[in-house]
Amino acid sequence: MEGKPLAFRITGLVGSLLLTLGAYLLIIDPGFFYLTKETAIIAIVILAALQAMIQFIFFLNVWREKGPPWNLGVFISTISIILIIVIFSIWIMHHLDYNMMPKMKS
Amino acid sequence: MVSDSKVFGFWVYLMTDLIVFAVLFSAFIVLRNNTFGGPSGRELFSMPFVLTETLLLLTSTFTCSLGMLFVHRNQKRSAIFWFLVTFVCGLSFLGMELFEFSELVKGGDSWQRSAFLSSFFTLVGTHGFHISIGLIWMSVAMFRIYLCPLTSDVISKIFRMALFWHFLDIVWVFIFTVVYGMGHIL
Repeated sequence: MEGKPLAFRITGLVGSLLLTLGAYLLIIDPGFFYLTKETAIIAIVILAALQAMIQFIFFLNVWREKGPPWNLGVFISTISIILIIVIFSIWIMHHLDYNMMPKMKS
Repeated sequence: MVSDSKVFGFWVYLMTDLIVFAVLFSAFIVLRNNTFGGPSGRELFSMPFVLTETLLLLTSTFTCSLGMLFVHRNQKRSAIFWFLVTFVCGLSFLGMELFEFSELVKGGDSWQRSAFLSSFFTLVGTHGFHISIGLIWMSVAMFRIYLCPLTSDVISKIFRMALFWHFLDIVWVFIFTVVYGMGHIL
């Protein structure tokens, strides 16, 4: 819980700003990077995941625990639950839409 | 250590809060295209405006971390200064968000317009509500730094507030990507 040095935090800030600006440029003009809409979306999701990792590593300073890594354990199980909720919601709802009778389709 | 178990308890709360946001995100992604003939995200949102909001929040998470650094070093003045900077950034962010909401409602695109806008207002509004709670908590923390000696108990309380603030920043990164970014590309 004790303070990390200043340089460590500045690295975190610079990294997060670069990732955000990169994502912004991708969003504004995917064609400039020779990306289609679908690949651009995959790219910004990857950038968001990297951004979250930077935030968790550089700013959420809860990883250096004494004793068993409880924080990490709760964190990993939560991330799995979140992935299950989000991925399966999208999957199921997409296929519900796909399998509807033609008349009911909007 | 008492404070360690308190930090763990707060960490578990943050993780459950993350699940709340995950559910709201899934609802938003599922309802994203159900605009009911109304405007889509691309027509409604201005990207430079959203980028400004994001930069404000990223800066505030850094200044909050600086404030925490000076709390650990027992330098009260610098700590309060950096938390004050964080507070101002957070307040400007909240102001911008409320401005965006009021512009949408004025233009007839409120949460009643379509399923897309209902889920948008629920997701972004919940984040904004968390930001308001964070701002109240931060002002309390600044008074605490000013008035109390920085014992390990007080430091742990301020540490948990800082944790909450960093957590909100992470949630916003995903709102920026999923709500505004994907909305603009598609």
